[in-house]
Amino acid sequence: MSFPWAKQYEPKLPLMKFLDEKLPLPRFVYNAVGAGYPVPRNLNYFWNFGVLAGFCLVIQIVTGVILAMHYAPNALVAFDSTEHIMRDVNWGWMLRYGHANGASFFFVVVYVHIFRGLFFSSYKAPREMIWLLGVVIFLLMMATAFMGYVLPWGQMSFWGAKVITGLFGAIPLVGEPLQIWLLGGYAPDNAALNRFFSLHFLLPFVILGVVILHIWALHIPGSSNPTGVEVKSESDTVPFHPYYTAKDGFGLGVFLVIYTLFVFFMPNSLGHPDNYIPANPLSTPAHIVPEWYFWPFYAILRAFTQDFLFIPAKLMGVIAMFASILVWFFLPWLDRSPVRSGLYRPVFRKFFYALLVAMAVLFWCGGAPAEEPYVMLSQIAAMYYFAHFLIILPLVSSFETPKPLPGSITEAVLGDKTGGHDAVPLATTNDAPASA
Amino acid sequence: MARLISIIVGLGFVVVLLYTFAVGAYTAATEKAEVTAEHEFHLTPRDAHLQSAGWTGTFDYQQVQRGYQVYKEVCSACHSLRHVAIRNLGELGYSEAEVKAEASSWMVPGIDPNTGESTLIEGSPTDYFPSPYPNAVAAAAANNNAVPPDLSLITKARHDGGNYVYSLLTGYADPETYTHDGKSLKEEFPDFTTPTGLNFNPYFPNLNLAMAAPLSDGQVTYADGTEASLDQMAKDVAAFLVWTAEPTLQKRHATGFPVVLFLIFASVLAFLAYRNVWRNVKH
Repeated sequence: MSFPWAKQYEPKLPLMKFLDEKLPLPRFVYNAVGAGYPVPRNLNYFWNFGVLAGFCLVIQIVTGVILAMHYAPNALVAFDSTEHIMRDVNWGWMLRYGHANGASFFFVVVYVHIFRGLFFSSYKAPREMIWLLGVVIFLLMMATAFMGYVLPWGQMSFWGAKVITGLFGAIPLVGEPLQIWLLGGYAPDNAALNRFFSLHFLLPFVILGVVILHIWALHIPGSSNPTGVEVKSESDTVPFHPYYTAKDGFGLGVFLVIYTLFVFFMPNSLGHPDNYIPANPLSTPAHIVPEWYFWPFYAILRAFTQDFLFIPAKLMGVIAMFASILVWFFLPWLDRSPVRSGLYRPVFRKFFYALLVAMAVLFWCGGAPAEEPYVMLSQIAAMYYFAHFLIILPLVSSFETPKPLPGSITEAVLGDKTGGHDAVPLATTNDAPASA
Repeated sequence: MARLISIIVGLGFVVVLLYTFAVGAYTAATEKAEVTAEHEFHLTPRDAHLQSAGWTGTFDYQQVQRGYQVYKEVCSACHSLRHVAIRNLGELGYSEAEVKAEASSWMVPGIDPNTGESTLIEGSPTDYFPSPYPNAVAAAAANNNAVPPDLSLITKARHDGGNYVYSLLTGYADPETYTHDGKSLKEEFPDFTTPTGLNFNPYFPNLNLAMAAPLSDGQVTYADGTEASLDQMAKDVAAFLVWTAEPTLQKRHATGFPVVLFLIFASVLAFLAYRNVWRNVKH
């Protein structure tokens, strides 16, 4: 579906006409990310992060496929083959640092993308499916990143794998057999490393598939926008190309500058030194920590330090950690406010900022050693995290008076109270700008 | 209904966390956390002012060569360097003939061409630096049960590795008389002991490490005439180990500058293109 005023693809070259009849791939692209996709004209820079996330996925797949040509997934040589890539493979260091930091940047971008969705309530009807698919992508990313971190077979790889698979051991009755089945043994070894490599290669393509569904679902209602007011007329939108391709090009440039600063000048700053020590099952690192992008959830896991009634503390932590992400699946039905954008919800907005603070505290505590005051701080932050999604969000709309919404996107942009009538003629509706 | 379930579940999490928090807070308030000597007297590394540090870091190859000499004459008695090949010395400015001569000064595991038995043969540039011990058990047996770690990646396997190696090598002290910031270790922690066979060093996480102070003034005679003070040798070997851990550091920095500058330039162009495309559209 698209808006009735969407531009139609008109092939001019004979080759394009031929293609359009036999396999309308150019038409598909034109309607997906070209001039045939009308997008609200008022998107801010937070709307760049979807495209950036897609770009990160491409970086990861390209560098990862080449790294897999040189890496050996065997517990005896995995660490050495990683060093072989760093030392002997032409530009191997750039590929590996690009891939390791690429994972971190993928998560940075996706966290911004998710929290943009939370602030502007992008999960609300009619966009529930986009949000659900997005949470699925995030879960797949977490699994992929976890298994990728195991591959260099350093100390943190090994002990991280042991701790994370150990979480399944907390499940009553089936836990222990499940953990042994997942690892292919009692502790991480060659069997685990081999299957993690296989799945680490497979899952990015599953992610790619779900990303295509995510974008497909997006094109049915069209993009949301900072006002949360749906598109009403042609003057509310501009064609994706050249308007948002240009804006995304600039956003991509800024992203790449920061990303390459890390790759070339501080490539190990986001990693842990212990992972340059080969895996040793007989020597436990002083502090086992996952990669930084898992820290908030790791903090929630460790916040549960006491058995509660008949539930062991570890099981409670595991349940809470999974619940902290699974709760996102229910947001479209928990938040009942008819207003989408946080910009027009004064009360929700304050709670949202508190959520950001809680997330920051969880990030900080998740990377810190399991001692006071970090444990108590993460308990307070975790309390707010669950209260925010499960208690505050469902209730806040019943006592909040939203600010008046603009009549239309155009009105919000032009400050025009007459509504919908565009004083400035849009160059885009008929003729493209000279530069395009 | 959905909201009711959600609120009940949410209250469940909050109640459990409140309970955990209360128990933890009570414990923290009633039981005083033990302050350990490691916590009070462990030091972060001192700055060795290596040329490889920072965003524009490069290798001082003269220094790295001196560090190699220290490794060869001192460290290699106990520590392996298994990820580095002898041929890699060519990157330090040694000529092909010098690398060959250097290789032949190392005995590496090989096979006797006449009998087929395992033996030690003269090294060639393609060989990797040989380990001083045949296996970890032998290494532990020879060193009071502490296996000397491989040094190839040591400066990346420790926080602030180059400075750490320098600080550790120069940081040995006598625990009986050790003071830091006006605080005496023995006065603060009278029970602190360094077990027999271990050595006190405030830069080591638990303050006692198995390696005895390996360097002392004038231990090596530098080929380039530099005075071989303890400080100088520790800096040089730290510089060498930064190179063994990250031989591509200089190339990485040299590649990074044009890449980042190009991307900044491209971003400026992209911004101008963006402004130009949107010039007639208020947004």
